[in-house]
Amino acid sequence: MSHIEFREVEVTYKTGLKALKGVTLSVPRGQFLVVVGLSGAGKSTLIRTVNNLVVPSKGSVHVGGVNVTAARGRQLRQVRSDIGMIFQTFNLVKRSSVLRNVLAGRLGDVPAWRGVLGLFPREDVAYAHECLARVGIAEKAFVRADALSGGQQQRVGIARALAQKPSVMLADEPVASLDPPTSHAVMRDLKRIAREDGITTIVNLHFIDMAREYADRIVGMRDGQVVFDGTPEEATDQAFEEIYGRPIDAEKDLRGA
Amino acid sequence: MAPDATPAAIPRPPLVGRLRGLFSLAVVAGIVVLAFRQTGFDIAALFTGAADFWRFFGRLVPPPSEIGSNWGTYLPQLAKPLIETLQIAYVGTFFGTLLALPLIFLASANTALDPVSMWVARVLLTVLRSIPDLLWAAILVPILVVGPLPGAVALTMFSIGVLAKLGSETVEAIDPGPLEALRAAGAGRLATIVYAVVPQVAATMVSYVLYVFEINVRASVIIGYVGAGGIGFTLQNRLNFFDYTGVGLIIVVIFAVVLVIDGLSVWARSRLI
Repeated sequence: MSHIEFREVEVTYKTGLKALKGVTLSVPRGQFLVVVGLSGAGKSTLIRTVNNLVVPSKGSVHVGGVNVTAARGRQLRQVRSDIGMIFQTFNLVKRSSVLRNVLAGRLGDVPAWRGVLGLFPREDVAYAHECLARVGIAEKAFVRADALSGGQQQRVGIARALAQKPSVMLADEPVASLDPPTSHAVMRDLKRIAREDGITTIVNLHFIDMAREYADRIVGMRDGQVVFDGTPEEATDQAFEEIYGRPIDAEKDLRGA
Repeated sequence: MAPDATPAAIPRPPLVGRLRGLFSLAVVAGIVVLAFRQTGFDIAALFTGAADFWRFFGRLVPPPSEIGSNWGTYLPQLAKPLIETLQIAYVGTFFGTLLALPLIFLASANTALDPVSMWVARVLLTVLRSIPDLLWAAILVPILVVGPLPGAVALTMFSIGVLAKLGSETVEAIDPGPLEALRAAGAGRLATIVYAVVPQVAATMVSYVLYVFEINVRASVIIGYVGAGGIGFTLQNRLNFFDYTGVGLIIVVIFAVVLVIDGLSVWARSRLI
């Protein structure tokens, strides 16, 4: 049964730029979907329509049967708290401790006054520590976020998303700021957690090899449209050249360890 | 010898850019000349008036033989108005900060509720800032009776305007990443501000508050002059009685206190960022 559904989604930005030109996709529960495409192909826009950070100008996105595009106020916050998101630049509060960053993931579920005063229930604090342990940085809980390496910061990002107990995980170029070995470690963490918790995951990626290695399914985008949709086996070099609209030889050298 | 005898022409910036610089310079110079003319500013007067200046300056200090007894009796009397001046500045800064806080977030584009309330907050701040603290005091003294209260209220008004403006500029310059992350996580508006904005601006804001306190200490002396209490009020009193040695001592005391407060504030701010 489909978990996330894009129905003829179009996005036109205020600048007049048409970022998405009618995308229809259905993502089954538990699938690890990788979206590939050049910068500007619409990957980031697509992923942001899932939690309504970008509002489609036409069409709608449904998560678990709820129309996210139409959701407002409390209902939208509820939908969002069920959708974890991690970012290329991690988007951590650098001056805050790692634990406080992870606890921020609980803000969608705890009452506002508890969040504002920092009075999280005991089990929430315990769960935040557990999330850090799952990404292998339990001992960093009380360190300031900006004292960590890039790979560790992205793990805090994953832990924060996990703290939401999400059924959907969105990852927008999660490894684009990391070196190749760290990139693979982070991708392995993401995939493992998605498997263990049955989280439906959408990841935007630049790297072809990584897409083939981790994806259950690959969607290729070009110029705001889906131009490829298939298994990693079907995503041949030729298929990628069509997605990118140019030869990929130069990019082969970018593969990670 | 260099392999190429004729040096290559170094590219020059476009003509328009160079002319723009000259034009700006001409405008600034023109305004200076005009302002000199209009105000009748006369450098020579600074020198011809020098004799009067030194004569007046001489009166500010008691004869050497009386310095001990004169200052000895006066200094203790200044303690109370001086403390009042600091209290006016402190209370004004405190309430100014408290009232500025909600306005900061209402007036910042990245944390505002909606365009209408943002616009209202911004207009309010512009109005607050366009009224100088001295004018606030002059308006408030007749309403609230001569004394420290109108002074404290005047400085509160002034502090709100300054702090909310500086604060909202700081808030608008933060890294938007954490804001987006918390919105994506379904956090409420207030929680988002507390978790994503406050940690990014707290140190800068504390530094601004100290700076405004510094300004307020100086300003509370001046507004005391129009009846808003504190040592400025005493200063005006002494001047009315042509008690120049009293005036001289007050000036020295104000100078010393402002210097100490500034020094402490600069030190505290340097520890923050």
